[in-house]
Order: sequence, then C-alpha cells, then structure tokens
Amino acid sequence: MPEGDRSVLEVRDLNTVFRTRGGEVHAVNSVSFDVERGELLGVVGESGSGKSVTMMSLIGLLPMPPAEIRSGEVLLDGEDLLKVSPKRLREVRGGEVGFVFQDPMTSLNPVFPVGFQIAEPLRRHMGMTKAQARERSVELLELVGIPGARGRLDDYPHQFSGGMRQRVMIAIALACEPKLLIADEPTTALDVTIQAQILELVHDLRDRLGMSIVWITHDLGVIAQIADRVLVMYGGQVVEKAPVKPLFNDPRHPYTRALLKTIPSVTGARQPKLETIEGQPPILGAAPSACPFRDRCPLAFDRCHRENPAREVVAPRHDVACFHPSAHDPSKIGAEVAA
Amino acid sequence: MTALVEVRDLKMHFPIHTGLLRRQTGAVKAVDGISFDIREGETLGLVGESGCGKSTAGRAILRLYDITEGEIVIDGREIGSVTQASLRKVRPTMQMVFQDPQASLNPRMTVASIISEPLDEHTSMSRAEKRERVYDLMDKVGLNRRFANRYPHEFSGGQRQRIGIARALALNPKFIVCDEPIAALDVSIQAQVVNLLEELQDELGLTYLFISHDLSMVRHIADRVAVMYLGKVVELASRDDLYARPQHPYTEALLSAVPEPDPAQAERQGSRIVLQGDVPSPANPPEGCNFCTRCPKVMDVCRRVDPAFREVAPEQWVACHLHDPEHAPAGAP
Repeated sequence: MPEGDRSVLEVRDLNTVFRTRGGEVHAVNSVSFDVERGELLGVVGESGSGKSVTMMSLIGLLPMPPAEIRSGEVLLDGEDLLKVSPKRLREVRGGEVGFVFQDPMTSLNPVFPVGFQIAEPLRRHMGMTKAQARERSVELLELVGIPGARGRLDDYPHQFSGGMRQRVMIAIALACEPKLLIADEPTTALDVTIQAQILELVHDLRDRLGMSIVWITHDLGVIAQIADRVLVMYGGQVVEKAPVKPLFNDPRHPYTRALLKTIPSVTGARQPKLETIEGQPPILGAAPSACPFRDRCPLAFDRCHRENPAREVVAPRHDVACFHPSAHDPSKIGAEVAA
Repeated sequence: MTALVEVRDLKMHFPIHTGLLRRQTGAVKAVDGISFDIREGETLGLVGESGCGKSTAGRAILRLYDITEGEIVIDGREIGSVTQASLRKVRPTMQMVFQDPQASLNPRMTVASIISEPLDEHTSMSRAEKRERVYDLMDKVGLNRRFANRYPHEFSGGQRQRIGIARALALNPKFIVCDEPIAALDVSIQAQVVNLLEELQDELGLTYLFISHDLSMVRHIADRVAVMYLGKVVELASRDDLYARPQHPYTEALLSAVPEPDPAQAERQGSRIVLQGDVPSPANPPEGCNFCTRCPKVMDVCRRVDPAFREVAPEQWVACHLHDPEHAPAGAP
C-alpha cells in the first residue's frame, strides 16, 4: 500500500452482522477506508446506514453476541485490532483511540465527579499519580474551554449544561493524546450556537494536536464546515468517498446527489418545493447481492438489480459505487442506459 | 388578510416549590410575554434553541396548559381565560402535530382507531361514515388504506408522522400547531413530510404555527418567522426580510451558526459569529435584556432596561436597544 505509511487507520473489507431472533441483520458490508495522519474524515449517512456500527466494530465496542464481526482487518498503525488480546484492546481504547459518543447526557457517569472521570484514563493508561492526573485534568478542561476549570473538577455531570458536558466528553477522549479520535454525532444533541462553539473547538484542537479525527454525522452542513474527506454510507456500504469540495461540487453517486438536494439552505435561492428521495432505506437481512439504493434510485437499470457495484475510482482520491455512466462521467447526467 | 390567531402578552410560568412546606420560591418563566398574530392561511415559523420556550408557547396557545396571563383569540373566540371543559367545543378548530411520532401514538391502538378517535369524541358519525373518513384521511397523507388495521410499531418514523398528521386533520381544523414535526426524522424523510404539510395547506387552506430549531427548514416552509430567546420573541419578520436582513444580534448569530452545506463557505470562517457561553436559566433570567449575557453588541443600557418590542421597518418587529433611537449608539442602524 503506497498510502500505508501516511495512514493511521486502515480498514479492509469489514463485515459486521447482528444475529437476532428475527434472523440476521447485515449492518456493515465490505467497508474499506483509511484515515490519514492529521486529517478529519467525515462519515455521513442516514440512521441505519451502518456508520456508528462500523466505528464501534473497530475497537470492539459492540456487544458480542448479538454482534459478530465476520471478516475484515482493522490496522491501527499496522496492528490488526480484530486479532489482538482483550488486554491490548483495553489499552488501545481511551489510550490510542478516543471516542466521543452522541449523547452527552447519558455517556457520563452521573455518580462520579467530572474530575474523577477525566483522571480515570490518565491513571489507567499513563500511570499518573492522583495529583498529576488532577493537574492534567485541569489543563484538559481549560483546553476544551470550560471556564473556571479547577473549581469545576468536583462538580457532577448534572451540574453542567449539554454543551459543557460534550466538552467534558471531548476532554476525556483527548486525555491520553490519542492518535485517532472517533466522534459519533457529537453535536447532534446540541443547539446550533453551541454546535458552532464545538466545531470551532475541534478545528482548533486538531491544528494544535495534529491528531486524526473520524467525525460521524447525518448533517451535511457540519461535514462541509470541518471535514477534509468524506465517506457517504448507505445500506451498510460506502457508496462514495471523496475530498470535501468534489463531494459537494461534483457528487457522483445518485444517493449523494439526492441527499444534497433534499436539504434546504439559509442562504441562496429558495426552492418552491423540496426534492425528496421516495421510499425508505433498506433493512439488510442478507449480504447484499444488488445495489442497496436500487429501489429509491431514479437511475436504476437492470444491472443494478443483479449485481452490487464495487467502488471504482472516478477522479483523484474520489471513488464511487455505481454502475450508471453518469457516476463516471458527469457530462452523462440524464443519459439513458442502453440494455 | 385577517388574523386567525391573536396572541397578546402571553405568559406561562411554572412555579418552583422548595423546602419542607413546598412553598413557592420562584417560577420558571418559560414564556414571558409574547405577542403575535397568525394570519389566515399562512405559516408562522417559531424558531429558537432548546429551552427557549417555543414548545411551551405552542402548547399554551392551544391551551394545553392553564396559562399564567395573556389573551389568546383563535378564530374570533377568546380562549385564554375559559375553562378546560368549555374549550372542548373549540378544540376541533385547533389541532397539534407532535414532535415524537413514537411517543404520541398509542402503541395498543390500530392506525384506524387512532385516526378516528377525534371523530368518536367530537362527531356523531356512524361507524361506516367514520371508516370512510379514515380511509379518506389516509389517502390524503399518503398512507396505504390496507394498513388501517396495523399498529404504530409496524411503521417507519416518517409514516408514523403521517398518522399523526391524519389524526390532526380528522376534524377539519383551521389551525394546526406543528411542534418540531420533523426533528426525529432522517433528512431524506424530512423533505417528504414538509412537502406533505405544504400540499395539505394548499388543499385545505390550513394555518400553521411551525415550531422548529431547524432554521433552514423554517426558511423553506414559513411565510413569517418569529425568533424566541429565553421566553421572549426577539424578532418577528417576513421570511425574506429575516433571513436577508436580520436586525436582532441573536438572529444574526443564530443564522451564522447554521452550518451551510457548502465547503467554500467554511473557508470564510472569519465572518462567522460564535456566541460565547450558554443560555441563562429561565428561572433566573438576567436583568435588562435577556440576551445581554451573550450579546456581542451589548451596551450599558442592555443590562438595566428590558428593550421594548417595536416595529423598526414595515412588518419587521425587533426587541433590541440598537434599534431604539433613544439608546442606539451614533452611526448604528
């Protein structure tokens, strides 16, 4: 892999399946991607597209059973996290990979003070003493912009507002200076003005600490603001991957195009009617044998119902999983498919 | 155009009881004196951050609460001070679509019984008439008639919201309060529900109060927009004026905080206003203007005097000292 030495994380052909009483659900199907050093990779998709499950599979956060990782490789600096011992995995979690969850209300422990919760990974992973960990906790809280940090160490999570709690979560995730930070919808539960504060903070932290970030969201606006590269997921697969500008200016997959059209904007011309994507996202009872988007796709043709498209490179660093010629050559938008 | 709904100085305070004797020691001023009209056939968007009182305002206008103070006139009838029992007769003209379609539908009732419940309560239709009406409503909101005997859990989020809309339409209301009807839905489904609401409005001449925190969606659906902050309306204007020329510093900040799906805009970061700090508690609002703790353009007078809600341009109402000739700094708008 020529990109190998530049990437912090490489994921190859990851498959995650849930076994339920009603049968299997194939939540992640052959997902491959890599995260480069110091980049912010945005992951977008609707709920149920497999974006959270993919990221949780990486560091073994899914309960197994019912989840089962059928195959794949997750290389963090060359080490396959799916093959390491549980002890090593515990060192990686919180130590080398930080995780920020969606809901700041429920992901902090309500019966421990915030200072204790930040100090915990420091003492566990970095072997700090209580006093050192406390000093470092103050620094971390200041880093994420909590005023009067020292005085707030002994406060409990309920004494913080939603935005402040999310800052505490980020402080915990950053505590051991991870190589990779995975943020799962970190601003979805927050208000726009607070979201703007958190986005600014993350921008700033990445510039200062130079870590790689994977940012999961369903909000394309947020992606446009902060991401360097974007993965678009649908039906448990990556359907398009591109740097942020080509993704917004020259989207190739019909799903990405439709998604960009459905969201209204606060500036620019107002559409008389919103474009919609008819139908529902699929529920995957079996490994996909055809394109997952075929039933909602305006461009679907015979081949889409028979085969599942593989991702093909269509431009530098831009790949897309679609058979339609317009995905490969944008001048053919609206072209009919012969046969 | 005549006003269908008139709200004057509406206040909704929730008492706080503390101590052994549960004496009232304060009040959460969730809605603290709001006034506006909603004209017949228009959509008024009500936006604001969580906790600003927008949902409480919507529920108070329908008298789902016993309000603290104020006047509410809907379709020519004053309903602010009447008893809940006599309100029952007025209820058919005003309905609500709730935020969470999962929680607002009874899981043990079929779709048909959910939609026909208002008909059972308020009309004397025969069973066959009711069934016809239910089918009719299901067609209107785009639900397949065959699903009439299914239960809510068998539907997706977008379809459940359609059930909620059908129920609200059952009694031919004039006025519907939509309380964050799309917040729990995926982006691709949001557009479907918003289009449905707009089609129904055109067809049935409905008047909406559309409560949302999603400024871009409100821009799409609303004719006029009211912005709330900490229990008060800080700006009320037509959609185009509000989005093109926001007058209140809070509206300005709110609009600039919305992440635009355009990477080129992200590079113009400098133009962005990022508010510092959090919204104060409505139990203990600051003295003077409610926004003075976070306002980037705060002046001395803001910390002392609560600004009046005045018309600064035709049809554009703002509560801010910057637009008060008495206090405005020289050279300010």
